[in-house]
Amino acid sequence: MINLLYFAGIRDLTGVPEEKAPLAGRTVGELLEWAEEKYPGIRGGGARVAVNEEYALDGDVLEEGDTAAFIPPVSGG
Amino acid sequence: MSIYEITDKPIDPQRYADHVLRPEAGAVVTFTGHVREWTKGIRTLYLSYEAYVPMAEKKMAQIGGEIEEKWEGTRVAIAHRIGELDVGEVAVVIAVSSPHRKAAYEANEYAIERIKQDVPIWKKEIWETGEQWIGDQNKKPEVRNT
Repeated sequence: MINLLYFAGIRDLTGVPEEKAPLAGRTVGELLEWAEEKYPGIRGGGARVAVNEEYALDGDVLEEGDTAAFIPPVSGG
Repeated sequence: MSIYEITDKPIDPQRYADHVLRPEAGAVVTFTGHVREWTKGIRTLYLSYEAYVPMAEKKMAQIGGEIEEKWEGTRVAIAHRIGELDVGEVAVVIAVSSPHRKAAYEANEYAIERIKQDVPIWKKEIWETGEQWIGDQNKKPEVRNT
């Protein structure tokens, strides 16, 4: 299973801060498609995905036990 | 020892300036970012920040590493607060020491620009009339003065 984390405006959209999904072996791009189907609009805001606390590319493959976080545009400072 | 931290407590900027001070440093530049009351004509009552804490601390440490590579002899400390902050409170502190002042000024500005690009921290503005998560402020349309 892959641990999914949602933050800020994306968490408002999903309604949950985290969940697990059977996406091991899938790419980050496929994760985004899966998420868009479940939560329409999640890709619209320019969110990036971080895998195990590093920004990931669409082609990166998720491995069992990975944590993938949806990072909406940041606004620190 | 270095400090790159997310905290839910009020920030004391002097602590970070003290942390980077050392005998070789002739300059310490400390930047503090504060909660601003007015943004583009809208009054903020308070801000609420959240972070993906372990990744945010890791990214801040990476930024510190970039700085220490780009500007020789610098030392960096960064803290960002999360939770609810009132107008005027310190949201972020960046302290940079270096042998001479130019590097400390430049490196400090580099740090805040990089934080605004990559560190997973989000600000929600709470106004009298509502609230909104703020993202990617650089892409916000400019309000024209007419």
